[in-house]
Amino acid sequence: MWQTIFSLVMVTQTIRISIPYILASIGGTFSERGGVINIGLEGMILNGAFCAVLATWYTGNAWAGVIAAVIGGALTALIHAVVSIRYKANQIISGVAINLFAVGITKFILKIVFHSSSNSERVAGLPLWKIPIIDRIPVINTIFSTPLILLTLGIIILSHILIFKTPFGLRLRSCGEHPQASDTLGVKVNLMRYSGVLISGALAGLGGGWLSLDQHCFTDGMSGGRGFIALAAMIFGKWTPLGATGAALLFGFAEALQIQLQSAGVKIPTQFVQMIPYLLTLVVLASAIGRAVPPAADGIPYEPSED
Amino acid sequence: MIKREKLLEIFTPLLAVIAAFLVGGIFILIIGQNPIFIYGKLFSGTLGNPYGIAQVLFKATPLIFTGLAVAFAFRAGLFNIGCEGQLYIGSFLAAYLGFTLVGLPGFLLIPLCILGGMVGGALWAGIPGILKAKRGAHEVITTIMMNFIALALTNYLIVRYFHMPETVHTQSIALVARIPRLSTIFPKFSGSPLNYSFFLALLACFIVYYILWKTSLGYELRAVGLSPSASEYGGINIPKSVILTMAISGALAGLVGVNYVMGYKYYFEQGFAGGVGFMGIAVALLGRNTPIGVILAALLFGLLSFGGLIINAYVPKELVEILQAIVIIFVIASSKPFRDYIMKLKKKTLAQGIAGTSKE
Repeated sequence: MWQTIFSLVMVTQTIRISIPYILASIGGTFSERGGVINIGLEGMILNGAFCAVLATWYTGNAWAGVIAAVIGGALTALIHAVVSIRYKANQIISGVAINLFAVGITKFILKIVFHSSSNSERVAGLPLWKIPIIDRIPVINTIFSTPLILLTLGIIILSHILIFKTPFGLRLRSCGEHPQASDTLGVKVNLMRYSGVLISGALAGLGGGWLSLDQHCFTDGMSGGRGFIALAAMIFGKWTPLGATGAALLFGFAEALQIQLQSAGVKIPTQFVQMIPYLLTLVVLASAIGRAVPPAADGIPYEPSED
Repeated sequence: MIKREKLLEIFTPLLAVIAAFLVGGIFILIIGQNPIFIYGKLFSGTLGNPYGIAQVLFKATPLIFTGLAVAFAFRAGLFNIGCEGQLYIGSFLAAYLGFTLVGLPGFLLIPLCILGGMVGGALWAGIPGILKAKRGAHEVITTIMMNFIALALTNYLIVRYFHMPETVHTQSIALVARIPRLSTIFPKFSGSPLNYSFFLALLACFIVYYILWKTSLGYELRAVGLSPSASEYGGINIPKSVILTMAISGALAGLVGVNYVMGYKYYFEQGFAGGVGFMGIAVALLGRNTPIGVILAALLFGLLSFGGLIINAYVPKELVEILQAIVIIFVIASSKPFRDYIMKLKKKTLAQGIAGTSKE
């Protein structure tokens, strides 16, 4: 049994499962660090997944699909941004509406373009890269030969730097903690919040693109709750890109473990494994030590004072 | 002036609905259909015949329960987006009692099953309530997490212990625990599973209205909703009111099982709700968190959800899901500008009043 757990297959499987969680949870981190709650990650993943297949289908090039996934996710996020920043609407309800919208619109277009209510036609995926020497190192070769895994690795590092080491990150975080103060200092609060939400949509959309391109087709509702697991990972990682990545890998590991054990004949109910991210999140939200605390102004529309 | 405010209050959701239909019309045009024809079908198929009306009422029933659950919590300052999970636990418990206590007579078993649904929902919602009251964990996140745990838990119970061979549902509940359909009295409704739980939903609306606006408990809960700090200063036990609010809200969500398990399928099926819990948020929002508003909004969403099946022959039925989402987005996007407009009106009249008195 221990051999299966520590096998190299487990490592690569964990990474592959975790990619959408990592991307969307980092996305959520950008949005909420800027002060906008993003329950709509699920819908952004779904729209990203669909746009990826649609663009790949029409162009025959999976890279066009990747770009479309990013744009599709960002456009979905734009709705959330306009509604919650421009119109100062309730961000939670907006997120719920976005999820509903994504389910409806993807199925609607699926039926019109692919004449099916369940899945799209098969599309080409991204080709694997062949890099000499590295090819022979297990695990590392998977990371470096799969373009989107490599891209995700870059995004993790870049996000950490962007949020914690640059003026942009400082401004973004200040808008999530104390927008009045940042406004006084000349930070354009709404602009920062728009960027946070749009980045979150772009990343969640990319996560969706990974899902559909990896399976070479779009299936109805294929986000399958991943947006909410990403939300859990974001909280578990305490609103930091590295923390979110760690949490996403942990959740992905649990899933991979369950699959491996299943095939090894060990019966662990799938449902209990499915509960793990949510139970862990409840624990960190409720625990006394190392408790997860969101940004102070998260979810509160910014009202510039009149005087 | 108050009259004008009230009118705006009513007209904002109405305008949002109309605007959503216009946007939906564009979608219909894009796929090369005639919006007037499609919308005509939508309304004639749902409201133009007794069966359609019965189906609309049937689809509205669970939405009234979940809409009411969200609205109740909202009035007390809490955001319950865990109705989906609460209704699974409640419905499962109702079904479990229904097929376990088969020896009991109907007049005992029916109330027991209904109570089971309420208790299941209340317990499931109570956990986020306790986490909020004792540990300050935000109920939005915890209720989302509880949704998935409930889904996984009921799936496990069904798959591992309670499923009928070759299916994903439990055995049927006792015959005496079944709630009669309205078609037994009105033969014109035949074919529709509309049952007496619709009246239970209306009763629940009345009870919620009564609790919130006619009892001191309701006064306290609403006070907490308006200003937790002021009500704590006024001597209200906030943790207690948070837990109680969540429990009552969850109990209302749990009643969905009465319609589905006791009045429709007679068994619990894995994942049967399909988002009714989330739709409750939209219903509460559109209904302005009032019981009457919840009924009206649930009827509209019920109409759309059955109407989708009617127009499916011409346009994909997902059009109604898009419509529902656009309605929500328009309602929330317009509420703040409208509130600002009302404030402006108020300020203006106030200024005029002051100017008037100073002249005298």
